[in-house]
Amino acid sequence: MSSTATKDHAELAAIFNRDEPRVDWHDETLWWVRAKRDIAAQKLPEWELLRETASQIKNNVLSNLSSYLEQFEANAIKNGAIVHWAANAEEHNQIIHKLLSERGINRMVKSKSMLTEECHLNEFLAQRGVDVIDSDLGERIVQLAGEPPSHIVLPCIHKKKEEIGDIFHEHLGSAKGESDPKILTETARQHLREVFLTRRAALTGVNFAIAETGEFVICTNEGNADMGAHLAEIHIASMGMEKIIPERKHLGVFLRLLTRSATGQPITTYSSHFAKPQDGKEVHIVIVDNGRSIQLGREDFRNSLKCIRCGACMNTCPVYRKSGGHSYHTAVAGPIGSILAPNLDMKKYADLPFASTLCGSCSNVCPVKIDIHDQLYKWRQVIVQAGYTPTAKTIAMKGMAFTLASPALYRAAGKMGRLTFKYAPFAVNNGANPWYKHREMPKAPEQSFGEWYAKRKEQKK
Amino acid sequence: MSSRNKILAAVKANQFSYAELPDLKMLNTLTDTGDNLVERYTAVGTAGGSFVYEVADYDAIKAILQKEFKPGVKIISGVPELDEYTNVEDVKHELSHSFADVELCILPSNLGVAENGALWLTEQQMTVRVLPFIAQHLAIVINKDNLVPTMVQAYQTIGDAKYGYGAFISGPSKTADIEQSLVIGAHGPRSLSVFILP
Ligand code: SF4
Repeated sequence: MSSTATKDHAELAAIFNRDEPRVDWHDETLWWVRAKRDIAAQKLPEWELLRETASQIKNNVLSNLSSYLEQFEANAIKNGAIVHWAANAEEHNQIIHKLLSERGINRMVKSKSMLTEECHLNEFLAQRGVDVIDSDLGERIVQLAGEPPSHIVLPCIHKKKEEIGDIFHEHLGSAKGESDPKILTETARQHLREVFLTRRAALTGVNFAIAETGEFVICTNEGNADMGAHLAEIHIASMGMEKIIPERKHLGVFLRLLTRSATGQPITTYSSHFAKPQDGKEVHIVIVDNGRSIQLGREDFRNSLKCIRCGACMNTCPVYRKSGGHSYHTAVAGPIGSILAPNLDMKKYADLPFASTLCGSCSNVCPVKIDIHDQLYKWRQVIVQAGYTPTAKTIAMKGMAFTLASPALYRAAGKMGRLTFKYAPFAVNNGANPWYKHREMPKAPEQSFGEWYAKRKEQKK
Repeated sequence: MSSRNKILAAVKANQFSYAELPDLKMLNTLTDTGDNLVERYTAVGTAGGSFVYEVADYDAIKAILQKEFKPGVKIISGVPELDEYTNVEDVKHELSHSFADVELCILPSNLGVAENGALWLTEQQMTVRVLPFIAQHLAIVINKDNLVPTMVQAYQTIGDAKYGYGAFISGPSKTADIEQSLVIGAHGPRSLSVFILP
């Protein structure tokens, strides 16, 4: 994605917005997923208490994370797993490369793991001659297309079936022009079955890691994590260190929330609990920090570590739905990604907390009750203070600071602004106005507060 | 300092003041404990793409399977009462990959969840971990009394049981990754039949 590396969210959104029917389709599809979430949530009278409980459990986890990590490690070792620790993405990738090269393995199958996207593992291994095949259907599609996933749960939500048909025709030999999802899925099934049966190493993500038992849980609908892990000699599970939950019974809270929030299903098809390696096989767990311990220390942003990656905040977000996941130029897109990314690189991701209307819909749906929109607002302040304001905003805000500093100019500018809205909307609704790309222009009031107040005073006299 | 110790030290330094774990009692009392579990299991399981049969006995299961599966296909059974098929105990030492041509795998479960259609199986019921995933079709047999309303009771039932591996399975393998159209039969079984015994 080097071509997009220098473009910010607004510029990338503008590219996505060139194809209006596609934007509408993207918008409607995600809203439909959000609506399914609502139906599922409304079926449980205890839903709000469930969210509150999940949030409190995660609060406890974050307040005691170091002990839980040690407890998890000790129990995982007792179970026969080998535990590795990676301070950053580079170390994570090196650990995995070493595990593979020591065993002479140069091909690996991988199930969904946003962490490995965050660490750019595939590229790292490719440069060292290791071929990685993503086995989640959506991830395989974007991998073949040479793109990153655009959504953490629905990786190729931005692609039309005809495009997927073309990709499969080119890479997997499906018939030209074939775009039936059933036939395309069957094509992928045959192709990936061969992959599962021939790979000696499988990498998976981790949804929940249980301190009390040392087991970890992976949720999929396709069964790809299990197919990979059970057939391989070595199973590597990469986990962000915030994936810890204290006790097994807490799964009874989180598994009830996760998929209902994600897609409206009551649970994924498979919720697999890995405790001990199979006879004669190895399980390696890589616990990754990569900025998480720093985020933990940021009082205003530490709650973002509660995230269970359900994707609900993306599905509901009016900006995400209309700008597409790739416009966020980071592994985890959408509202939560816009909180996580600036922690890793405030300068590079300075634009993301501004890619929001602050409407709060994300916070309303979040199953662990993260105050997402408040955090986005707080990041804006941190970023402005640090001097990393995105360029478009800087120009507009400088103008604003100048006007606000001068009451006479403020009045004139306000009047001018209102006249422009009313009589020449094209003048503000075009690309030349840097604010427009970032927000909907409000309807111009007939009179400003200043004018109203003056008039009222007149009338009172 | 190793990365492990560095990470743990950083986490310790940045952890905020201790927050208690919430009490689950209140939540658990609000959680459904209802009846009609077979009916509800059947409705949710069917919606999730499973074929759910309430059967009188093992003979009824045999009759359904004979109708659904042609003779001659490879069928492996982990249910002792369904003994006309290859017994999983007899093939458990074979390489996992050798099960790639299994048409149907039949396994028992001792725990099913009405709210989401999920059935709990550990390695003890699977015998070979890959079996319920690699088979083209999966059938699971459960007693009616082993159904519980929600995941809360499910984890109460599991308690602190020791297992090497366990999974909740709630339907056939599926995906909606292409334009959100649901397709049954992603990488795992193309169908799940659930037989509920009295
Ligand atoms: S922030 Fe909340 S809503 Fe968004 S992905 Fe994470 S858990 Fe889901």
